[in-house]
Amino acid sequence: MTSSNAPFALNERPEINPVFLFRWEEQEQAYLLLYPEGIIKLNDSAGNILKLCDGERTIETIVAELKVLFGNDNIEGDVYNFMEVAHGKGWITAKA
Amino acid sequence: MGKGGSQLKLDGDGKPLWLVLELTYRCPLKCPWCNNPLDYDEIRNELTTDEWKRVLRDARKIGSLQLGFSGGEPMLRPDLEELVEEGDKLGYYTNLITSGMGLTKERLIELKRCGLKQIQLSLQHSNKKKNDVMVGVESFDEKMSVIEEIKSQGFPVVLNVPLSRYNVDAVDDIIDMAARTGVEYIEFANIQYYNWALLNRAALLPTIEQIEYAEERVNRARERLGKSLTIYFVVPDYFDGRPKACMNGWGAIHLTIAPDGSALPCQEAQVLDGVEFPNVRDHDLGWIWHQSPAFEMYRGNSWMKKPCVDCDEKEKDFGGCRCQAYLLTGDATNTDPACSKSRHFDIIQSAVEAARINQMPQMPLVMRSRGAINGKMKLIKP
Repeated sequence: MTSSNAPFALNERPEINPVFLFRWEEQEQAYLLLYPEGIIKLNDSAGNILKLCDGERTIETIVAELKVLFGNDNIEGDVYNFMEVAHGKGWITAKA
Repeated sequence: MGKGGSQLKLDGDGKPLWLVLELTYRCPLKCPWCNNPLDYDEIRNELTTDEWKRVLRDARKIGSLQLGFSGGEPMLRPDLEELVEEGDKLGYYTNLITSGMGLTKERLIELKRCGLKQIQLSLQHSNKKKNDVMVGVESFDEKMSVIEEIKSQGFPVVLNVPLSRYNVDAVDDIIDMAARTGVEYIEFANIQYYNWALLNRAALLPTIEQIEYAEERVNRARERLGKSLTIYFVVPDYFDGRPKACMNGWGAIHLTIAPDGSALPCQEAQVLDGVEFPNVRDHDLGWIWHQSPAFEMYRGNSWMKKPCVDCDEKEKDFGGCRCQAYLLTGDATNTDPACSKSRHFDIIQSAVEAARINQMPQMPLVMRSRGAINGKMKLIKP
């Protein structure tokens, strides 16, 4: 039914699906995804990944920046896992 | 780097996450399932632009995030664009809930500029004649061109289809039309029976076979269309013996402001006689939400009686809908009669049974219009 298993290539530039509004909410102290039928409160790592999905940065750049941000070199697998989930849910798309 | 947390949904945490502004009860359509009050035409003192803006600011302070502009028909308010702009500036996700009537290209462009995020458009049937008869006004052609214009302005669209026995046959065609025009979401919402819909229930309520047919068509389409079109099918509470978790609980996450400024825990709440709903003209919104007697009345579960109070599902469905309990049993603290554990469950069962027996093709519908019925006449109780 879905193509959620299609992995992003390293040179692709993911962006937030324009149906969703992604922003910081002071009262929740969290990043949110707002969409027509709901609200998703993101945890810290999910928020920080999505923040970099701006349609400009490539996957390669995003991973490199996150490594610095989290001070951890072994996060690629986790980032890809999250991106697959996010892609499967329609939160992000690869920019054409 | 847990990814599970990314799927956390907000539970509300005591905040009115969903704010609906019913900007007006005026509407060019005459839908006989309208959820506006039966005496809607007697409510004339709509809030002013500045009063609505104050509501927007105050609701953000108490945590509102999703904002719906509804009605009546919100396009009848010339200040809609101004209010959308204010809502967007304050950080809301702004939704317009409309029949599409009056949604011109010019206004769409301006709404886009003002930050409107998404449009929910109602549609009744894929057949022009049937659609127009159902709403009592020629509107089909306008709705069709509005859908195209909305898409060309780049808005996500939710097509809102209230399901009754008059349009079960249209499910496939509506889905095809939506897929063709690039609509992102369809919501087939089985009509909920309050106000005008309750008045017309005998004519509108489908049979269980009709509902199963509609759901089966939806499931087929989901398989066929995959992610390109999300189809919601809201299962009606009349048919499965379980009450709906109405509004996720009274005063839990939802706040509606009626055209005259009455603050309501749901859009139907004014059917409850004897509850005085506070008005934003007279009271601070924070007080209204957190402390007013009307919002405290059925919050949590201290109001519950048997069987709700002993029920292991009370945290799941909150005893169902207070308005339905009141309208069908005469007491809002009763278990929602849609629950099979309710001693009034026979009221729902007999309506469902009657839907099978009543196959009269021309059951008269009372169209929503001024003076169609007298909402002030009250039965004298024994």
